[in-house]
Amino acid sequence: MAKIKLGAYWASACGGCDVAILDINEKILDLAAAADILFWPIATDFKYADVEKMPDNHLDVTLFNGAIRNEENEHLAKLLRQKTKTLVAFGSCAHMGGIPGLANLFNREQIFKAVYLDSPSIDNKDSTVPHRTTQVPEGELTLPEFHNTVRKLDQVVDVDYYVPGCPPNPKRIWEVVETIVSGKLPKKGSVIGASEMTQCDECKRKKGEKKITEFKRLATAQPDPETCLLEQGFLCMGVATRAGCEHRCQRSNTGCRGCYGPPPGVYDQGLKALSAIASVVDADTEEKAAQLVGALPDPVRYFNRFSIPASPLTRRAL
Amino acid sequence: MRTISIDPITRLEGHGKIEIFLDDAGAVKNAYFQVPELRGFEKFVEGMPVEEVPRVVTRICGVCPAAHHLAAGKAVDAVYHVDPPPTAKKLRELYYSAHYVHSHIAHFYALAAPDFVMGPDSDPATRNILGLVQKLGVGPVAEVIKHRALAQEIQRMVSGRATHSVWTLPGGVSKGITEDERKDIIVKAKACLEFAKGSLKLFDDVVLANKAYVDLILSDTYELDTYYIGTVDEKNHVNFYHGDHRVVDQNGKELLRYKDAEYLQHIAERVEKYSYLKFPYLKAIGWKGLTDGKDSGLYQASPLSRLNAADGMATPLAQAAYERFYATLGGKKPVKKLLATHWARLVELVYAAERLLELANDPEVASPNFRTLPTATPTEGVGIVEAPRGILTHHFKTDEKGLVTQANLIVGTTNNHGPISMAIKKAAQKVIKPGQEVGQGMLNMVEMAFRLFDPCFSCATHSLPGSMPLTVDIIDERTGTVLERVSR
Repeated sequence: MAKIKLGAYWASACGGCDVAILDINEKILDLAAAADILFWPIATDFKYADVEKMPDNHLDVTLFNGAIRNEENEHLAKLLRQKTKTLVAFGSCAHMGGIPGLANLFNREQIFKAVYLDSPSIDNKDSTVPHRTTQVPEGELTLPEFHNTVRKLDQVVDVDYYVPGCPPNPKRIWEVVETIVSGKLPKKGSVIGASEMTQCDECKRKKGEKKITEFKRLATAQPDPETCLLEQGFLCMGVATRAGCEHRCQRSNTGCRGCYGPPPGVYDQGLKALSAIASVVDADTEEKAAQLVGALPDPVRYFNRFSIPASPLTRRAL
Repeated sequence: MRTISIDPITRLEGHGKIEIFLDDAGAVKNAYFQVPELRGFEKFVEGMPVEEVPRVVTRICGVCPAAHHLAAGKAVDAVYHVDPPPTAKKLRELYYSAHYVHSHIAHFYALAAPDFVMGPDSDPATRNILGLVQKLGVGPVAEVIKHRALAQEIQRMVSGRATHSVWTLPGGVSKGITEDERKDIIVKAKACLEFAKGSLKLFDDVVLANKAYVDLILSDTYELDTYYIGTVDEKNHVNFYHGDHRVVDQNGKELLRYKDAEYLQHIAERVEKYSYLKFPYLKAIGWKGLTDGKDSGLYQASPLSRLNAADGMATPLAQAAYERFYATLGGKKPVKKLLATHWARLVELVYAAERLLELANDPEVASPNFRTLPTATPTEGVGIVEAPRGILTHHFKTDEKGLVTQANLIVGTTNNHGPISMAIKKAAQKVIKPGQEVGQGMLNMVEMAFRLFDPCFSCATHSLPGSMPLTVDIIDERTGTVLERVSR
């Protein structure tokens, strides 16, 4: 079988997805045997100009991680879509917007103000902020435009498959590679490299009757390591999250925050979590319910921690 | 005047960019280093419960998430006015030592070693870790993969996750380790220590035994005269997790030292229109722009600066390596030769592995007493650790419910923004000469000036093969036409 032509790219990301690929360890040599890596800024000498020169659809598969935060991210997303047969949104940021997507709770001006004007360590009497173009004595310098809104990959280009996770579980990455190499890909638009179950379906913690009488915060309480975190009153997104990570945050004894995205058939992860949790709150009066839920601060960043750009929430409504 | 654009510097995380301006004769007039990235964590953690912040700020960097996790974790302890029990502190430091082993192995072998093993101006097609496979055989490279994986596995055992841990909580950690796990970590730590010792020997055999490389390290192409910062314990030995933050001057004399909560008295940051990254400097000296010398407040924060800012190492093999480092490089402190940073990183690798083993041998790390629950009203706190690439500061203010009202982050590599910019300009000025043809070896020599800092906006650079792909366009400024393109 001919080697597949593979591309990989990061947009607005932390590098954790690339480390996850490295965490397949010795299998990385098998990857090199199965695929010709034609674009992977971390690993190869190919450049934007080389991608631009490629005929359309030259790459069989591109694993694209990171959100679309700025002008350059958007340009590369469009360029790689044009050059790639099968484009995979790899990791939470490309899949749903991820942690960088939390910035959509604010706007560009607020972010610039916090970082460049109001920071307690700032020395900036002239209120300088970065500019797209700057004249220096020797000529002009340019920066990519910082967009007002963070988008997930499929809000910018057409996406063929999604690999969830922040970062994706290295054990499942190999499965993704095998699926791609075998050519036996599922229906376009599918989530691959994950489970069809929810986190709760696979979590090994002891479960009893779910009746939440009190929400607790990890700041001031210590969870029991054996029983269901939600039953103990600690927020856990397992009920509204697809499995596939080996429930690593429940095993860390702090609870899931939803990086694997909604389970099959669920449109908005936050709404799903909200309704699931509302149904197990032990309150027979509205007053009691309000009191219970009132103890839960910042619900949007618990329920949509990784998925604000993917959610129906907009900046205006927030 | 001509312009050389090095864009994209693809093995930087995001898209670092270097603009070199030449005068009509072809000499370097100026060089600018730009960081075109911003995500705005300082803003978007506002309003969050502060105990959630350590598990969000890990996403600043997927290569050094443990540094962000712990700096934020220490800040959150301070916000809640709680002192974690000894087991929690030791477990955090154990986990962090394993993190250093992972990070320093990755940087040295994937990035630095190819320049020395293959040669700075060798064929770029083989100047990468796959080239190392060809030259040294698959065995040594498999050892690199194996030991980086062991360090990742230790972090996973201790915290529950290798990347993006969710484990530190105010007053300690969310889970401990069992006695069986502790014994397993001892075995893995011993293997990591042997590997670290071997790495130091490799540096001896490949670099120090080769006069050309020693001359390169000692040349003035890669040299800056700045202040140095590093965290030290009570004996002024290097420590990655806790201690005083000490600044030494160009003569190795202590200028100042501060505790976590005092950082604002000593560090300030400038903004330039052409970069999204800020420029920190020492307030005691002041901002003089991108220039070195004793009147400029720029400082380095790196393995080299940590060694320069300390009086020694806390573990025996690392101490021996430390003494040899200074004896070989002129016998006095500070060492100003930037390429020595690679060697300093290996001295730290030995220390990290020794410390890892020392902590794993302490039965207290397996104690179930790994958390003190906070009882005080949350207010404000600062947490500082030494990230592999330099001192890392997290600062949070909260309301009485512990919801963040303000956050400030001074990230490892940010400290080096000024020094990296200067190092690039200096290397470009030394390497690019009027009337001389621009070759790929020249590009790599410029590239080596920032690679030695192991910059963290290059999160992912640590990890895999390859020399950095570069394109240099030499453009006729008057007509805008590309006169020459050099790629590799």
